[in-house]
Amino acid sequence: MVYTLPGGGSVRALEHVALDIPEGQMVAILGPSGCGKTTLLNIVAGFLKPTSGAVVVGGRRVTGPGAERGMVFQQGALFEWMSVAENVGFGPRMAGRARREADALVAELLRRVGLGGFADTPVYRLSGGMQQRVALARCLANDPGVILMDEPLGALDALTRERMQGLVLRLWKETGKTIVLITHSVEEALFLGERLIVMAPRPGRVIRDMALPFAEMALRTEARTVKASADFVQVREEVLSMIWSMEEEIMGGAQDVT
Amino acid sequence: MSHEPGRLAIWLGLADGPLTQAKTVRFGDASAIRSGRIWSILIVVVLVGLWAIASRHGWIPAFYWPPIGATWDRLVRLATEGFRNVPLWEHVGISVFRVLSGVFFGALIGIPLGFAMGLSSVARGLFDPVVEFMRPIPPLALIPLIILWFGIGEVAKIVLLFLAALFIMTLAARAGVSGVAITKVHAAYSLGASRMQILRHVILPNALPEIFTGLRTSMGVCWSTVVAAELVAADRGLGSMIMIAKNFLQTDTVVIGIVLIGLIGYGIELLMRWTERRLVPWKTGA
Ligand SMILES: Nc1ncnc2c1ncn2[C@@H]1O[C@H](COP(=O)(O)OP(=O)(O)O)[C@@H](O)[C@H]1O
Ligand SMILES: [Mg+2]
Repeated sequence: MVYTLPGGGSVRALEHVALDIPEGQMVAILGPSGCGKTTLLNIVAGFLKPTSGAVVVGGRRVTGPGAERGMVFQQGALFEWMSVAENVGFGPRMAGRARREADALVAELLRRVGLGGFADTPVYRLSGGMQQRVALARCLANDPGVILMDEPLGALDALTRERMQGLVLRLWKETGKTIVLITHSVEEALFLGERLIVMAPRPGRVIRDMALPFAEMALRTEARTVKASADFVQVREEVLSMIWSMEEEIMGGAQDVT
Repeated sequence: MSHEPGRLAIWLGLADGPLTQAKTVRFGDASAIRSGRIWSILIVVVLVGLWAIASRHGWIPAFYWPPIGATWDRLVRLATEGFRNVPLWEHVGISVFRVLSGVFFGALIGIPLGFAMGLSSVARGLFDPVVEFMRPIPPLALIPLIILWFGIGEVAKIVLLFLAALFIMTLAARAGVSGVAITKVHAAYSLGASRMQILRHVILPNALPEIFTGLRTSMGVCWSTVVAAELVAADRGLGSMIMIAKNFLQTDTVVIGIVLIGLIGYGIELLMRWTERRLVPWKTGA
């Protein structure tokens, strides 16, 4: 993917990215900011047309956005003029599904994300964490095969974030969806991903692709125990130092000056 | 901290409210200064009092400024007998009706036009020069042309106000469309919505706050314009009332008309703000 800049220059945002994601996998994509994570996800979602190459989902080539690929954005994607229930029921309503059937689905999803009592609350009155629960439920209401998340927990405070990680993990296990999750938190990537993809910038590319055991572990054990385990700490340090060295390479010039 | 100031005292600005109490920096923090309403009340009382005293002593000739008692009598007579056989409420009503018609038709055409300009390159290209050219022209400058085309009847006035509202509404609707956060549109597409559904359920509600601002501005501009237009050519309406009263040297009627024009303009503004709070609560934080 190459962006052409208004001034005439261009940015090679992604180069030679080839990924094969099996159905039902939870993939975490990690990388320093500016390495093309959002660009990659937008191409998969169908919001951007790649300069070269193609995305194929379930045997069909992606040419634009579609209901079979759900999106969860970092923030600001809820419809403020609708209540919680109307937001969650948006997909089914647009598809013309029967009212009663959709209402039952919405109630069930709200219960699952822990918003049972908030159906009629306007979304702008909810806290950030609750808004992201609505976003998750709204995405699930459409029953997409693939869920794409661009730093879905990035705008939340640390405590809410940890609780939401548990929710994402549980929803993934319960629904068996294929999930591609972008994050810049190493801990979150390790905790949630069955598979970790580390990207490097300039040009954006995949530099590491590894399997992770922690998501499976967390389904059986306490989250805190997983994150404190020797294995987790070791992998975390390894990945962190990889990212740090990348950041240093990027910032190198700037740091010499200050 | 020991005794709570009363709510009346806070409202009047005589005491610090819970929001301002703890702040030590006042100068430069507009939210930390008291309401000052006591001064507002005082100035009104003083002005009316001065008017009453000046009237009693005959300090100002009635030709320049009417005595308070005579003005009140005139108001009662205008309300009961009317001005030149037209009841006062009809003068007020016809002016308000003209404004509402102008804004209504302006919104009816302007909103779809603005949407088209925000959504289609053909519409943008076609109408952009027209709208940008018309925008800086004060509506009053159109009066001569409108009189040539439509005469001085009711239609002419509504056409003038329609034009005054049209460009404001078009630009407001276009700004509303351009202002939609792209993540919301993307989210809607990913949820399977069609273009028409996105227009109806995402773009339109998202543009409502801008449209409201446009309506408020149009109301204000049309209200000033209608009065001015009635000054030029009309036999009914508040503007014409004060213009004709001037010819008869009825300063009291002129003053009453001006005060009414101010009050109604203010009333329209309050009504629009109230409606806005009800209809777009996510922007006004109600
Ligand atoms: N619309 C755009 N036009 C030009 N350059 C862009 C555009 N969007 C992103 N980029 C550039 O592409 C690179 C990757 O951006 P992005 O995908 O947003 O990275 P990330 O999400 O990993 O932070 C960055 O260098 C960014 O400046
Ligand atoms: Mg990003």
